[in-house]
Amino acid sequence: MGVGIEVRGLNAYYGKHLALKSVDMTVPANHVTAVIGPSGCGKSTFVRCLNRMHETIPEAHAEGEVKVGDMQVYGDGTDPVEIRRRIGMVFQKPNPFPTMSIYDNVAAGLKLNGFRNRKQISELVERSLKLSALWDEVKDTLHKKSGASLSGGQQQRLCIARSLAVEPQVLLMDEPASALDPISTSKIEELIFQLKQHYTVVIVTHNMQQAARVAELTGFFLMGSLIEFDKTEKIFTTPADKRTEDYITGRFG
Amino acid sequence: MTRSRFQQGLDELRDKLLRMGGLAEQAIDRATEAYRTRDAKYCQMVLTGENEINQAEREIDELALDLLAMQQPMAVDLRFIMAVVKINADLERVGDQAVNIAQRVLDLISEPEMDLPVDIPRMAESVSTMVQRALESFLDGKAEIAEAVLQMDNIVDRMKDEAFVVLVQRMTSNGQTARAALNVLLISRALERIADHATNIAEDVIFWVRGADVRHGGAHYRS
Repeated sequence: MGVGIEVRGLNAYYGKHLALKSVDMTVPANHVTAVIGPSGCGKSTFVRCLNRMHETIPEAHAEGEVKVGDMQVYGDGTDPVEIRRRIGMVFQKPNPFPTMSIYDNVAAGLKLNGFRNRKQISELVERSLKLSALWDEVKDTLHKKSGASLSGGQQQRLCIARSLAVEPQVLLMDEPASALDPISTSKIEELIFQLKQHYTVVIVTHNMQQAARVAELTGFFLMGSLIEFDKTEKIFTTPADKRTEDYITGRFG
Repeated sequence: MTRSRFQQGLDELRDKLLRMGGLAEQAIDRATEAYRTRDAKYCQMVLTGENEINQAEREIDELALDLLAMQQPMAVDLRFIMAVVKINADLERVGDQAVNIAQRVLDLISEPEMDLPVDIPRMAESVSTMVQRALESFLDGKAEIAEAVLQMDNIVDRMKDEAFVVLVQRMTSNGQTARAALNVLLISRALERIADHATNIAEDVIFWVRGADVRHGGAHYRS
């Protein structure tokens, strides 16, 4: 099951540059939350802070409180590897391991996390591919085809399956459909909608219609600050802040 | 897709709706003039003018649909287009009610004039002002003007209730006047309906400008 995320006073830096300014956000469990805003507003930085991916960039660091379920992400002694197992991430460009088979792509994370039982791995691979709505398309070629042989949309669903295999609680998606055609995009969107039954999903998107279609909650970032965070239908029909309205109606950004 | 092209579309939609509003106002004024002067010429003008209103209604709906499909408007733009579509339907109904009045006047003037204790021109004046002010609030995007329109609706409702009482009395006491009294009663009802449409228009303007639903007596903001 998914867990909620509590963010309090989160600041993120690139060197001395303050890229996120004291962000507070409460992301409810088993919901899809979208993060929107113009380029450079800090939305990707924000989600990368949730699983401590931000600090993997040289000279980047973050401070503040991020609680995922009962885990203090920035607590002393919290293991970043465990954090990233609980909080999966899917990126803009599908990044399957190109030479591995479809099966091995999904099993890779399990093996890294110490799974040795082949039957168990096989079950988890099947479950993950079913959850990511790819199973029917690849079940006959699991070991024969490589990850790179799939179409872009299939590759992205493969990456989602790979993230789901280690049974995370939260799935972060950074522009997961922006490199895909409309049909693949709608499959991914439908998938996101299904996934929230089992996971908490946070999705960064440039595409406001996509946020409107998939997310129950939407946060608008501008110049490192969270300007407005509310129900998606409120944000897109009657936003409270003039800056949100100007952005979503295309008057700037 | 450039924003300026979208803005042009919104401006065009606004202009078309204001023109439609002008046609609806003209229909009310002509129907009132027909009653006041008992001149069938004004009735004919209302009847033939209806086509133009119907045509305008179609054009506005078409443009609104195109903008929704092509531009996926959000927030204030989306509220604006939704308000325009609803106001458009109300204005078309205003045109229909003007036609109803014109038809009643044609029936009235086919018989000798009766003296009935109802001031239809005064009621029409109030109703016409409501429509004008509602359209003005749309033109200027001013919710305060729209709120004033909502207040006026009670006055027109009262005028119609009073007309009902005195006209029924007159019909009961003098059977000769029944036909004329019934026509005037129907005219007062048509005017009251127009006032309701003006009220709807004002509510739609408030929704567009403030994002608040003030229908059915209350200010409902999205939570």
